[in-house]
Amino acid sequence: MLKAGDIGVLATGTTAVAALAWWAWFAPSLAADTALIRAAGQIVHSVPLTHAQTFVVPGPLGPTRIEIEPGRARIQADPSPRQLCVRQGWLMRAGDAALCLPNQVSLELTGRQSLYDTLGY
Amino acid sequence: MTPSVIELPVTADDRRIARLAALALGLTLAEAALPSPVPGVKPGLANIVVLLVLLQFGWRAAAWVSGLRVLAGGILLGTLFAPGFWLSAAGACSSLAVLAAARHLPARHFGPVSLSVLAAFAHIAGQLALAAAWLLPAVAIFKMLPVFAAAALVFGAVNGLIVVRLLAAPPPAGDNPAHA
Repeated sequence: MLKAGDIGVLATGTTAVAALAWWAWFAPSLAADTALIRAAGQIVHSVPLTHAQTFVVPGPLGPTRIEIEPGRARIQADPSPRQLCVRQGWLMRAGDAALCLPNQVSLELTGRQSLYDTLGY
Repeated sequence: MTPSVIELPVTADDRRIARLAALALGLTLAEAALPSPVPGVKPGLANIVVLLVLLQFGWRAAAWVSGLRVLAGGILLGTLFAPGFWLSAAGACSSLAVLAAARHLPARHFGPVSLSVLAAFAHIAGQLALAAAWLLPAVAIFKMLPVFAAAALVFGAVNGLIVVRLLAAPPPAGDNPAHA
């Protein structure tokens, strides 16, 4: 019923499925999967990085626009005077963060594994 | 006025392909009625017919049966040219492509189970490739990949075993493929 090659194909298939499961679900990866948006220290949105969308978060100086795309996120516009968080551009890795300080809005990416345990500021 | 009759010549091959495609179509329809926990995870029973046709009548006949099944299945299920139809077509094309290569594996060592498993993997790979490129964010598909692959392995193996059983069974009286 089963020939030697069939058993080989089944064994290879099982190994491939197991490897795929490990890779997709458990392998260490710096890829970000979620964006945490904070305003005044409180998390206001927790967004999966699966499809493109934008959020507008109000701060003391005005609205901050945050743009989400599959696998990455950025601060698109912010009223803070020095525009540091906007000029940081796209964030892609877990642990990356952009802080719009006077406006008290921040964007942080999280994933399975982070470069840092915590960030203090 | 003389009535004009247009007759298309039909060969025995045409009739056989039509009959086998109808069989595959019946299995497709029966399967569409089954509830599935995850969209895309299906036993793929029609592939049993495609595999039997491949082993008995060659790749061309199998491609015809598979193509007719996808097209007629689309018409009967009302999904013709809808996304589900294209996914189905992509899966059928890639599994036929893999079967075209895999059927040259030495038959001494590789039976229908190998062909079925390889075809099932190719089927889901073709569907997911199209889905990732066209319908869903690739990130979302990536997380589901192991589920689809495991289903392809299990259903491919089971379908292959069914093919082995069917090939071993004596043909029912009056339906000898050699004379059909």
